[in-house]
Amino acid sequence: MCLGIPGQIVAITDEARQMAMADVSGVRREVSLAPVALGPLADLVGAWVLIHVGFAMAVIDAEEAAATLEALRGLGEAQETLEQMAEGAKALEDQ
Amino acid sequence: MTLRDERVTLAHGGGGKAMRDLIESVFTSVFNPPGMEDQARLMHASLQEPGARLAFTTDSFVVTPVEFPGGDIGKIAVCGTVNDLAVGGAKPLWLSVSFIIEEGCEVALLRRLVASMAREAEKAGVRIVTGDTKVVNRGACDTVYITTAGVGVIPSGRDLDARSIRPGDVALVNHVLGDHGAAILAARGDLMLSTDLESDCQSLGHLMEALIAAAPGTKAARDATRGGLASTLNEMAEAAGCSVELDETALPLRPEVKGVCEILGLDPLYLANEGTLVAFVPEAEAEAALAALRAMPEGQGACIVGRAVPKGNVPVTLRTAFGGTRIVDMLVGEQLPRIC
Amino acid sequence: MRYVEEFRDPKAAKALIAAIGRVADQIGATREKPVHIMEICGGHTHAIFRYGLDKLVHEGIEFIHGPGCPVCVLPMSRVDDCVTIAERAGVIFTTFGDAMRVPGTRKSLLQAKADGADIRMVYSPLDALELARRNPGKEVVFFGLGFETTTPSTALSIQQAAREGLTNFSVFCNHITVPEPIKALLDDPHMVLDGFVGPGHVSMVIGVHPYDFIARDYRKPIVVAGFEPIDLLQSVLMVLEQIRDGKAEVQNQYARVVPEHGNPISLAAIADVYERRPRFAWRGLGEIDASGLRIREKYLAWDAETKFGIGYAASPDDEPEGCECAAVMTGRLKPTACPQFGRGCKPETPLGALMVSSEGACAAYWTYGGARVAAE
Repeated sequence: MCLGIPGQIVAITDEARQMAMADVSGVRREVSLAPVALGPLADLVGAWVLIHVGFAMAVIDAEEAAATLEALRGLGEAQETLEQMAEGAKALEDQ
Repeated sequence: MTLRDERVTLAHGGGGKAMRDLIESVFTSVFNPPGMEDQARLMHASLQEPGARLAFTTDSFVVTPVEFPGGDIGKIAVCGTVNDLAVGGAKPLWLSVSFIIEEGCEVALLRRLVASMAREAEKAGVRIVTGDTKVVNRGACDTVYITTAGVGVIPSGRDLDARSIRPGDVALVNHVLGDHGAAILAARGDLMLSTDLESDCQSLGHLMEALIAAAPGTKAARDATRGGLASTLNEMAEAAGCSVELDETALPLRPEVKGVCEILGLDPLYLANEGTLVAFVPEAEAEAALAALRAMPEGQGACIVGRAVPKGNVPVTLRTAFGGTRIVDMLVGEQLPRIC
Repeated sequence: MRYVEEFRDPKAAKALIAAIGRVADQIGATREKPVHIMEICGGHTHAIFRYGLDKLVHEGIEFIHGPGCPVCVLPMSRVDDCVTIAERAGVIFTTFGDAMRVPGTRKSLLQAKADGADIRMVYSPLDALELARRNPGKEVVFFGLGFETTTPSTALSIQQAAREGLTNFSVFCNHITVPEPIKALLDDPHMVLDGFVGPGHVSMVIGVHPYDFIARDYRKPIVVAGFEPIDLLQSVLMVLEQIRDGKAEVQNQYARVVPEHGNPISLAAIADVYERRPRFAWRGLGEIDASGLRIREKYLAWDAETKFGIGYAASPDDEPEGCECAAVMTGRLKPTACPQFGRGCKPETPLGALMVSSEGACAAYWTYGGARVAAE
């Protein structure tokens, strides 16, 4: 359930109604910043948000995203090492 | 002759002078059909060649909005019928055109559509040789509907047929997928999306000739209009008696089309195209075919998207970027935007 | 970073699939004796099939597809109510596209539209608000449905309408909540689940703590997950690691979007506008206590139930004969094992809840392959 997609806030369009233009891969749509308007709206320009049914529901945390990817990179490297070891072992067996 | 009225009224469909004025001022003066009888009388040398066959097709065009980025309903009405002829291996020659016009339609809009049709017909190398107009009550149609029929000639010895597709044949497209469907969705305005996307609306007659010249073993081609690449491939695979496997990583998609699909929860494989064909060629001719397509403006986005494989349980599957497999089914009804 | 492609990296997926295989072996999971993991959210179900993840992971892992598709679990009687409202003169009925094809006992909204009702698909309740502003002579009704992810959007829209004094706008509220049906599933004596992949976008609003009871009271691991394939695979791995280590915790794989305590503004809007119904009916699951929301008294001017005199009534068990949706949702039956699957029940003619929307487990199975590809 609940299709949500990342988009970047590019401009505030209606301060009073907390509306802003968001860009998703070059597609623009006006969204409400109401759920993420904890401070001045202008601070959100440039931020990546998670958009659901026309609302910016969360500001995406770049550090958390990087941490997730970093952990995966470690796993990927470990996997490559494992595969190389397996290949090495197989090569030895084949000899 | 000038037309005083700015909008079409029911009088323009009444069969009298108003109708004749509209037809002459807006239509025949631009299309310039041969002769003024109620029929076009035609001759073409290619028809007399032994073994040549006549190809004949018709299609109706209904699109909202009638003008959109990259085209209009008039351009589509020419391209669509030209393409139906071309992908079957016919050289398109003549079109008929029939307008259903809603009372209140702006005459200036009709003029723009007619000019657009004439331009596209010239580009495609076809003549609009006969036509008709009808005017209906406000609300009985949406601004304007256009029906075109087309006649072309299939040269002797050419026999494109999906039934000849065999496992190993390669599936090519000439253009990125889904531009038309995504551009129209955005242009409608009710979803309040704005993009720089343009419809891929274009005639494919010259491109098909180039393809067949470079890859004479070309088995079959279809234009992937309504229902998108997915539906077209399902039809072809069912006719072929083999299955088709698509490669997800090879599917050409603009970021904006992906964006529209992500936002609305749509699958770009089902988005309509109006100038994109899929062709099956023997693997040995694939490189030559790609080079020929890419040498033309209509085919600059040409690439291989998949291949025919021995018949499986389902006509079309897609190999995902991770090596998983999923079915690419026929569409059930219309693709609706979704939130969940 | 665009937060999409990075989380679809095939190399990372391959490493995760291998790691999942190793942990599944350590647990001793086999095709005959699989680990049962429920992805609660229909979006996860959709992603699993769309990317073919079910076929890529270790054969000892069986995904059980949860009740997290709001369209699927909506009782047919509520669709009937929608049709009734939409057919009133002067009404513009607005809905997400998802709900258009859902069958009621009389007809779907798509059929009602064909019969002349003014029914419009919108992307956002904000678009319905805009329609109300532009059509002051019409009553614009928005079909509010969805879980906690979607609830704030209608709550904020009602608040906005109240601020503007926009009285020709109302919401037909069918919002439901996630934790209650999960509890109902866990209380089912037939339940065979070993762990959960939690709905990330619901947690974006409510945080991770509403799931504490799953770990604390039922001793099942749950990992709140994002929606890209990498997110899903990593979450499955985290669930398996908990099972292997004998743990039962609430973990958050989707920390880039999900704050521990959710979104305070959204939660405040929900609390301001909505209150819990004593109980609400779910297709396939029956009535569940406190699982649905209704509009509070101070906002009744924007409540379509009040405006149109429609009350909530528990619909009788209107599931068609032979429908096994309840057994599928509790993991007792695979979609393909249902005698109606692909026979009486297909996406174009859905019999049960899970075939209704593309998010439903059976529809996903049918559309993207599951059994049909596997049988090759």
